[in-house]
Amino acid sequence: MTTLALTGSPLWYASRAGGTLALLLLTATVVLGIASGGRARPRRIGRFELGVLHRNLSLLTLVFLVVHVVTAVLDPFVHLGWAVSVVPFGASYRPLWLGLGTAGLDLLLAVAVTSALRRRLGVRRWKAVHWLAYAAWPLALFHGVGTGTDTRLPLQLWLYAGCLGTVVAAVWWRLVKAGPGRVAGRLTAAVATTAVPVVLTAFLASGPLQPGWSQRAASTAVLLGGGR
Amino acid sequence: MSRTRTLRVDRIACTGQGLCAELLPELIDLDEWGYPVLKDTTVPDRLRAHARRAVAACPVLALHTDDDRT
Repeated sequence: MTTLALTGSPLWYASRAGGTLALLLLTATVVLGIASGGRARPRRIGRFELGVLHRNLSLLTLVFLVVHVVTAVLDPFVHLGWAVSVVPFGASYRPLWLGLGTAGLDLLLAVAVTSALRRRLGVRRWKAVHWLAYAAWPLALFHGVGTGTDTRLPLQLWLYAGCLGTVVAAVWWRLVKAGPGRVAGRLTAAVATTAVPVVLTAFLASGPLQPGWSQRAASTAVLLGGGR
Repeated sequence: MSRTRTLRVDRIACTGQGLCAELLPELIDLDEWGYPVLKDTTVPDRLRAHARRAVAACPVLALHTDDDRT
């Protein structure tokens, strides 16, 4: 595993590091967003600082996503082409697992643009789009687990587990704090936070952690990618 | 002709999160339920940047600044 990983190009390293950092930053952004929405009252910092951190870390996430995408496209090992960075599921290389990342990026871009324009859009339309971030996070996670070069490293697995644990804990904290009303929304959140860890564990055990995943990752794509 | 900038709270949108008072305590107090009370609606020049940050921080976009020509 180590020798295999060391043969990649510098671009490939940069892409992996950028992707992993982007996932960590996105996780932090999501948790801070949940904390703001749940009216967290931190003792040592002001509440406005949660909001400012949420914004700044989200912008940093986008910076690392740009690094991740640009280096992946420029890397000569897989010939991806620039369209892959915005059009999901059209890649020649593992279309499904790559496409999840592209779909997540598209959602995050929509969230970023609407946030910049939130005064013009109004709070309802802005927030409606903002909720897409909750979809982008699992997409990013499954993209990383499904096609990440480092998925089988124990440290990387702990990192995924840490990200998952933090977000699940944050959602549950928010659910505990939530008052009555919005039953459908709270049920969806509870079901999703229960389902994502279960599905992820089952997927890891049956897919990326089994031998021969690199071939199967490509063939899953063939199966689901419309006979490419 | 001078331009003054004034603060305005949209009372219907405001949910009393209180972030504005953290960022602009010079002009905004909170009542006992956490809703903002404007001490002065006119934003002095030295507080313009702070007012802008307070407006940007409002999670429900209920704080506004208006440019009035007088």
